[in-house]
Amino acid sequence: MKGFRFIWIGIIFGIILTKSEVISWYRIQEMFRFQDFHMYGVIGSAVILGAVIIRIIKARQVKSILGEPIGIDPKPKNYTSALVGGSIFGLGWALTGACPGPIYILIGNGFLPYLVVLFFAVIGAFTYGLIRNRLPH
Amino acid sequence: MIEFIKQPWPWYVAGPMIALVLFLLLHAGKRFGISSSLETVCTLGGAGKLSDYFKVDWRNRSWLILFVVGSIIGGFLTNQFLQNPEPIDLSAATIADLQGLGLGYDGNYVPEQIFSWQNLFSLQGLIFMVIGGFLIGFGTRYAGGCTSGHAISGLSDLQLPSLVATIGFFIGGLITTHLLLPIIFS
Repeated sequence: MKGFRFIWIGIIFGIILTKSEVISWYRIQEMFRFQDFHMYGVIGSAVILGAVIIRIIKARQVKSILGEPIGIDPKPKNYTSALVGGSIFGLGWALTGACPGPIYILIGNGFLPYLVVLFFAVIGAFTYGLIRNRLPH
Repeated sequence: MIEFIKQPWPWYVAGPMIALVLFLLLHAGKRFGISSSLETVCTLGGAGKLSDYFKVDWRNRSWLILFVVGSIIGGFLTNQFLQNPEPIDLSAATIADLQGLGLGYDGNYVPEQIFSWQNLFSLQGLIFMVIGGFLIGFGTRYAGGCTSGHAISGLSDLQLPSLVATIGFFIGGLITTHLLLPIIFS
């Protein structure tokens, strides 16, 4: 099945984030209190290696499995929404100890009350979709 | 070998492996950005009838749903077979801070005194689970991405909007941690 690879990549992702405790509410508290390097090491090394990988992809015009050179769409230059939206998300990140990926992975780990967090995250996304034309971006 | 894998993974293993996930998704012609899955769930739930924004063909995003399902499976497999038998080695300073808020530390991933079904209908449960969840969904979509989309993919691609978003993530996180939690727990 064509889509099967995405399940595999997701499984790997779920394992990584669980084993490295990135999904832990306590680790997120530790991060926002600057009391350990761990989370900064995870994100920082992912970004640094990611930057190297992307440079190589661009320089060598590496193709995707679709046969096209891998292109990364530039993010829209919406600085207001990035800052305001980002801050709103950050408030929730520290409350729940999770960002979207970890919410799913926590559910997989058996922390089923995070189904509630997921439900209301979907409601939040839905609300954004409804009122976005009235918001500054 | 299994005992070795069961140890908690250090940052210098996890970070590069996340970069690998980023590469695998790019190589598959996609992007590494998970918060859009929240919109796809809306579309799957029929939100397209209420707003054109959600009137998209979910099949274009089926790959992300498969990825998300995979991540749930990955969490499950890890929990069942690769679990670290030791409690999380949280820094003593954090344990002390949390104790100061009245929150004991049991070495688990999540404070189950907060994130429990019994707690759902309390004010605390409302704030942490309901409002917390809502802020994540609304904020990530307003910002156009979350940790995967902005902090990792966007920063790896040296995108300035992603740097601004990541700064925003921290502003919000610090406000909750240092201003709101003391209020909530008092």
